[in-house]
Amino acid sequence: MDKAIEIKNLTKSFKNVPVLKGINLDVERGTILALLGPNGAGKTTTVRILSTLIQPDGGEVFINGYNAVKNPNSVRASIGLTGQYAAVDEYLSGYENLVMLGRLYHLNYADAKKRATELLEQFDLVEAGGRIAKTYSGGMRRRLDLALSLIATPPILFLDEPTTGLDPRSRLAMWAIIEQLVQAKTTVLLTTQYLEEADKLANSIAVLHNGTIIAQGTANELKDKVGKERLEITIAEGHNFKQAVSAINGQAISSDEKKRLISIATSGAVSEIKRVISLMENHNIEIEALSLHKPTLDDVFLNLTGHKTTKESEEE
Amino acid sequence: MALSNYHSYKSADEHHSKLYWLVHDLSIFIGRSLKHIFKNTDQLLGLTIQPIMFMLLFRYVFGGAINTGPISYVNFLMAGILVQSVAFGALTTSLSVATDLQRGIIERFKSLPTISWGVLMGHVTADLVRNIIQAIIMISVGLLVGFHPTATLWQWVEITGIVLLFTFAISWVAAIMGLVAKTIEAVQWMGFFLVFPLTFASAAFAPTSSMASGLRIFAQNQPVTHVIEAIRALMIGTPVGNHAWLAVIWCLGIIIVSIPTAGYLFRRYSGR
Ligand SMILES: Nc1ncnc2c1ncn2[C@@H]1O[C@H](COP(=O)(O)OP(=O)(O)OP(=O)(O)O)[C@@H](O)[C@H]1O
Ligand SMILES: [Mg+2]
Repeated sequence: MDKAIEIKNLTKSFKNVPVLKGINLDVERGTILALLGPNGAGKTTTVRILSTLIQPDGGEVFINGYNAVKNPNSVRASIGLTGQYAAVDEYLSGYENLVMLGRLYHLNYADAKKRATELLEQFDLVEAGGRIAKTYSGGMRRRLDLALSLIATPPILFLDEPTTGLDPRSRLAMWAIIEQLVQAKTTVLLTTQYLEEADKLANSIAVLHNGTIIAQGTANELKDKVGKERLEITIAEGHNFKQAVSAINGQAISSDEKKRLISIATSGAVSEIKRVISLMENHNIEIEALSLHKPTLDDVFLNLTGHKTTKESEEE
Repeated sequence: MALSNYHSYKSADEHHSKLYWLVHDLSIFIGRSLKHIFKNTDQLLGLTIQPIMFMLLFRYVFGGAINTGPISYVNFLMAGILVQSVAFGALTTSLSVATDLQRGIIERFKSLPTISWGVLMGHVTADLVRNIIQAIIMISVGLLVGFHPTATLWQWVEITGIVLLFTFAISWVAAIMGLVAKTIEAVQWMGFFLVFPLTFASAAFAPTSSMASGLRIFAQNQPVTHVIEAIRALMIGTPVGNHAWLAVIWCLGIIIVSIPTAGYLFRRYSGR
């Protein structure tokens, strides 16, 4: 198989604090890999190593077949990078930013100008294209930043939280663009806090936690890991929630005392559901509502890392 | 959408030599910094007005109290004020470098298949251009308030050469300051620590012979004084002495040390 990105046993520490403790990851050409992980997991650090901005301590990284440490310039010619924080030249207009970057990628001048115009259209920046970027809103800067990483149509793209700070409409537009890029055989590695995003876009999802990849697979494979079905019960007001949680004892994947909600991994078999109901009856705890649903990536994330996703509260 | 031709944009790398691309990329970075000058009009205006205010202040307020012997004070002052404005102006290089670091644009440049240190060269070169503009404005104002140069055309060429060499040297030092400071705030106080003593403890505003002995030894031997004395002598026709040579040697020395230092700091810089 043709691998666009190969990471072998990658390690990195900052001031003797290990951040990456041996990461192995491959991304096949023309696919999207989503790198998921809680704040501080090392997602940005990984992207910065892959894009030759920092050196790894150990292990090997191949991008487009080139060794990132020994052959950084070949790697740079193969990639586009959008970092976590928008990096645009504030004193240049959107158009000038794009043309400048295109020329630094050694597109000829006419191509750089043509491509810049195309990207302004694609990212809905035509009107703002002539204004200096200092006057842009956060979302506009972000879109310009993304456009900049596409100027030279690189075969491999690194996007560090590409849709953070975008409004829902721009996010959808971004997703559509990423999907088209992949149709055009671009390989994308993106990090995200939005599980929905990984679920929707990625062919493969890797979960980074405590310096290693603790799970990798398709969204469905990961969901299967935490049980085929999710049983959610709401405990009636006035009944002892804590007692209910301890009665289920260990089986509960998560509980939310405010919503009085307990979520339990199950195969979905009727007998298992009956068992939970009778367990509650035995303790004289009333179940107000009961529902069965497929696990979401949130469930996976929570289950694997013990962390809630940080952006959960912001999710619409 | 326009993605059907996604892969039709190709780098023209193979069509030209490495040297061609080096010059090409440098010219893009220089062009970028030059655009910054003219889009940041507030800064340009501030940098031009400040030395003019200083000149008028010293010419009309303090000048009468400073004894410059047979030379009129405004003739004495011109070289000093010019060099001081160059030194203050160099701080824009520090500010530009720190801003680029803070905004993450240096990271972006570093991820490109190009000579990313060219971004420093861009800021330094833009400094040269801006200083030429400022010098012309300042000398014109000087002429209006009584400055009377006697320099020949060739001497003006020499003056221009020294000013540019000094600008180039001090801008590289400023680039290093930007790389070390990393933030705009830190640049501001670092700048004052460097520029104030070097310009005021010099022959810029008063003859060094009038200073207390400790200060005088410093003032007479530091590079800014040699640069000022050389320019002043060439402007008004007093003996140049060793100042011109010493100024050139100092500037070249600073350049030889500071370029590799800046390059090293730039390469070593790894974000936030
Ligand atoms: N230059 C640096 N110096 C010291 N520590 C660093 C540096 N860069 C990153 N770290 C540390 O490495 C860890 C991983 O950081 P990183 O930015 O890669 O996390 P992340 O997964 O991208 O987090 P987030 O979701 O918040 O963006 C953090 O603990 C961070 O403090
Ligand atoms: Mg990050």
